[in-house]
Amino acid sequence: MAVTTFGESVKRTEDPRLITGRGKYVDDIRLSGMAHMAFVRSPYGHANIKNIDTSAALDSPGVIAVFTGADLQEELGGLPVGWMLPDLKQPPHPPLAFETVRYLGDAVAVVVADTAYQATDAAGLVEVDYEVLPAVVNAEAATKDGAPQLHQEAPNNVGFDWEVAGGDYAEAIKDPDVIVVKERIVNQRLIPNSMETRGVVADYDAGKGNITLYTSTQIPHLVKLLFSLVTGWPEQKVRVVAPDVGGGFGSKLYLYAEEVVAGIVARQVKRPVKWIESRSEAYVSTAHGRDHICDAEIAGKKDGEIVGIKVNLYANLGAYLSTFAPLIPTYLFGLMLGGVYKMPNVECKVHGVFTNTTPVDAYRGAGRPEAAYLVERMVSRFAQEIGRDPIAVRRKNMLAAHKNGRAVTTGVMYDSGDYKANLNKALEIFDYPAFRKEQREARREGKLLGVGISTYIEICGMAPSAVASSLGAGAGLWESSNVRLHPTGKATIYIGTSPHGQGHETTMAQLVSSEIGIPIEDVEVLHGDTDQGQFGTGTFGSRSLAVGGAALFNSLQKVKAKTHRLASHLLEADPKFVTFENGTFSVEDIPDKTLTIQEVAGQAYAAANLPPGMEPGLEEVSFFDPQNFAWPNGTHLCVVEIDPDSGQVKVQRYVAVDDFGNVLNPMIVDGMTHGGVAQGIGQALSEQAVYSDDGQLLSGSLMDYALPSADMFPMMELDRTVTPSPSNPIGVKGAGEAGTIAASPAVMNAVIDALAHLGVKHMDMPATSEKVWRAIEDAKEARRAARSAARARG
Amino acid sequence: MVTSSFDYFAPTTLDEATSLLSRYRGEAKVLAGGHSLIPMMKLRLAEPGILVDIGQIDGLSYIREDGDGVSIGSMTTYREMATSSVIQSRYPLLADASSKVADLQVRNRGTIGGSLAHSDPAGDIPAVVLAIGGSVVARTRRSSREIAIDRFQVDLLTTALHDNEIITEIKLPSLAAGTGTAYSKFHNPASHYAITGVAAVVTISGGVCTEARVAVTGAGDKATRARRTERILRGKELTPAVIRRAAERAAAEVEDTLNEDIHATAEYRVHMTQVHAVKAIEAAVAAAG
Ligand SMILES: Cc1cc2nc3c(=O)[nH]c(=O)nc-3n(C[C@H](O)[C@H](O)[C@H](O)COP(=O)(O)OP(=O)(O)OC[C@H]3O[C@@H](n4cnc5c(N)ncnc54)[C@H](O)[C@@H]3O)c2cc1C
Repeated sequence: MAVTTFGESVKRTEDPRLITGRGKYVDDIRLSGMAHMAFVRSPYGHANIKNIDTSAALDSPGVIAVFTGADLQEELGGLPVGWMLPDLKQPPHPPLAFETVRYLGDAVAVVVADTAYQATDAAGLVEVDYEVLPAVVNAEAATKDGAPQLHQEAPNNVGFDWEVAGGDYAEAIKDPDVIVVKERIVNQRLIPNSMETRGVVADYDAGKGNITLYTSTQIPHLVKLLFSLVTGWPEQKVRVVAPDVGGGFGSKLYLYAEEVVAGIVARQVKRPVKWIESRSEAYVSTAHGRDHICDAEIAGKKDGEIVGIKVNLYANLGAYLSTFAPLIPTYLFGLMLGGVYKMPNVECKVHGVFTNTTPVDAYRGAGRPEAAYLVERMVSRFAQEIGRDPIAVRRKNMLAAHKNGRAVTTGVMYDSGDYKANLNKALEIFDYPAFRKEQREARREGKLLGVGISTYIEICGMAPSAVASSLGAGAGLWESSNVRLHPTGKATIYIGTSPHGQGHETTMAQLVSSEIGIPIEDVEVLHGDTDQGQFGTGTFGSRSLAVGGAALFNSLQKVKAKTHRLASHLLEADPKFVTFENGTFSVEDIPDKTLTIQEVAGQAYAAANLPPGMEPGLEEVSFFDPQNFAWPNGTHLCVVEIDPDSGQVKVQRYVAVDDFGNVLNPMIVDGMTHGGVAQGIGQALSEQAVYSDDGQLLSGSLMDYALPSADMFPMMELDRTVTPSPSNPIGVKGAGEAGTIAASPAVMNAVIDALAHLGVKHMDMPATSEKVWRAIEDAKEARRAARSAARARG
Repeated sequence: MVTSSFDYFAPTTLDEATSLLSRYRGEAKVLAGGHSLIPMMKLRLAEPGILVDIGQIDGLSYIREDGDGVSIGSMTTYREMATSSVIQSRYPLLADASSKVADLQVRNRGTIGGSLAHSDPAGDIPAVVLAIGGSVVARTRRSSREIAIDRFQVDLLTTALHDNEIITEIKLPSLAAGTGTAYSKFHNPASHYAITGVAAVVTISGGVCTEARVAVTGAGDKATRARRTERILRGKELTPAVIRRAAERAAAEVEDTLNEDIHATAEYRVHMTQVHAVKAIEAAVAAAG
């Protein structure tokens, strides 16, 4: 029996279940009479549907029904957008396409059969007559005259134009001392690969008219709300359950077509239906991430002072607006362009563009990795241009430490941070001068070594609801908790967040244990079932502890207040003299007058002797809405070695110093950082979604989409600074995305540093072997040309 | 992804297996480790109506020194070859290449027979066996024949095997004294198959290369001998300059069928084939002692 404390590395209590195959995922749910669905998907990037012949499929063994988009047009409605922008174009997004398909994988029909095999066989027999149309996959090209048009509502395929500015960039660069460095920066499209693909089981209760959706999601409550809004199904008759969920990385943060279709089809066929996404299907039907084409400028003076940054971004939205698509490349990107620097002038324009590709939405970091990559790459690029050390340039421009709010150029208020402390600590661990010496020696031997740095900051703790709403949020972004102490003093809590790998069953129980002094194994953590507890927002944007943990903390304070009052009453002592420590109430100076919280809980239910006016029972709910966001930040340093023969990049060393505010469970936070850095390295070195010009996905499976593997990583050296966040009562900031945000610029800066002496200044991700090899060859070629030109002159 | 439906047989004797193949000729496919066939079936790139699983047949998995060579049963797995002391001492490149195939799960299932029969253009083992030399023993219900490895790989995913034949054994010749071997692979970052791989078997006698067999995989449509490279090596003292010159011709035989994909252009494949030819030949020379 262990009472845990805040700051202790408690082992993950969910792991024995999850790693021994005793978790319960959507695919583990088998209901009696359950039928299976298979989707018929477009093999083209863009086409008109001329005809769909379902007769052969209907005759196929085991088939119960086949529905086309036209069949269910009324019932299905259109998929919603959860974030508004001024003048946002919202073309209809039917869950099953009719008339036109707009991306490879766009679903056009669904087959329901007794088994998944029969459904898949029959899906292959649905004959769709397509008229293939010209396609466009590149966001910038899609805005040009003559480009194929996706939606009549969005001329030139532009879904929105958005901008943010602070200071006056145009004015600032008029100063003759100011140097402007320009670069085109592409942040490639990524494909999320959660271990568990998506899946849904829909169970229709014909007697009551209720529907239960078991779905692999990060946001069960929002799925319930959005499903009900889209289909008109009364919200009280909709139950959504997110059972164990095997990862998401943001890709399970939306209402998806298949969830809506499953609910409606279950009602049509009056049987439970199941759909489990295959990995190949996931590659086209689950939202992608990133995909930015950016023209960037950074301006500054010879002494290293940076005066501003300017960005013109084409953000690829894919074929339709996914739930949070308008938010990601706008606020979560543009507001972060000041980085940890004074950056007095910022100018940013964003064009959200429809293309014939899978919809793009949040992916681990969501807008912030794109921003941090751009800023950190451009700062290092600027340092290279003026011939100064990238660390010295950063130090010169860095914001001073602050504890309680610091307004920045983009209009937001950073919460707390000591950016130079991160930098100093990282440099101390790293020993920068020693590395530069090693690098010089390595170069003499023909070896290519480079160091890269990123000093990032990101916006987390989403979100103050009133602020979010003023920026376009379609729902409140607070979080909730319910704490129920049973008569035996054990606890069941229901949290509004919805873990899918983060370890909430451990950390939330740990918080309960540390606050009210009951053993951690006495706490049952419930989540993800909308019938089991109050509404919650969900798990994304590193928010669960900073917002959900704060909500839990507040419920626990209410429990403490009530038990304190009851204990004082029972102990016949003035509450002023009753203290609470390690789960025990005692009266000052009277050693044997004590009551445990378990005893007090029993009395709360016995209700035999309650203070006047106190209600029986012991259950408290809190809804926490933060006053500000939380802003994790840090310094990451990375060493790469490049093999000159192949161009292959190997990460040799990785040092990370992060400020996540207070840390509840250091082991889990380290794990988050490891995973995040791994994903960032993956983006920097190997991952990329590639479409052909006509909209075929060339990286359509794990055989071609290069996820990073363990042999690509060194042991990571992690450390921390702590500036508690004033945005929530427990002073935490969020750690889920930081690694991803920091790592890709650190790695790419290292790659460029390794090649800088050859004259290389920029390279887009991923730094694949061939790309690096070509950069080396091109640099050699350029030097040869320069030499012979010099000879010719001389 | 789920496969289309098929009938499944698990014979326990070779006779039964070959009979099934004859009876369902054209419809039936042999199933060995399943690590090429099943993925293709799941993607519905292959839809055989009948699978004849040869995994239940006793006596197809062995590594045997006989006469002056070594015979390997067709159901021998990568893992068994990688960890076999016979293979490690007599054909180090085969042990090494086997240990570089994919990951442990695949190596525990994938077989030498399957990898040769499948003849993936980026497979490791076809190039290695080609560099060693030797032959493939194939059996039908009525007869058995030995196919020289040089005539075995015919085209992309195509071998000299008939669809009623089962590979039972791979025969490898003894390597002459003074022979060194090596396999050098540049892997695809996603699939870990070879973007290019070079297998070299080099015999040195009196300081001069008396025999060289070099084979390339990944670059072209099938594993191919680099005969021009071999010719440059033979009869010479293998100085770094000679090796470099020979390696420059390593991709010559696959020039007309060069692969090109999102991981490597044809030009880069040629370059990397040359780089790995140098590495493989240098290592083989070093091992020759
Ligand atoms: C994730 C992954 C990564 C991989 N990476 C690599 C890699 O890096 N390098 C590499 O070389 N390979 C790689 N492979 C392929 C692997 O090596 C396969 O196992 C091998 O190619 C086929 O062997 P198998 O025993 O699994 O054959 P199967 O898949 O069972 O069969 C393959 C084909 O050969 C036929 N066949 C099999 N055995 C016989 C026989 N005895 N007689 C006649 N026909 C037969 C089958 O009918 C079928 O057409 C990878 C596979 C996977 C799944």
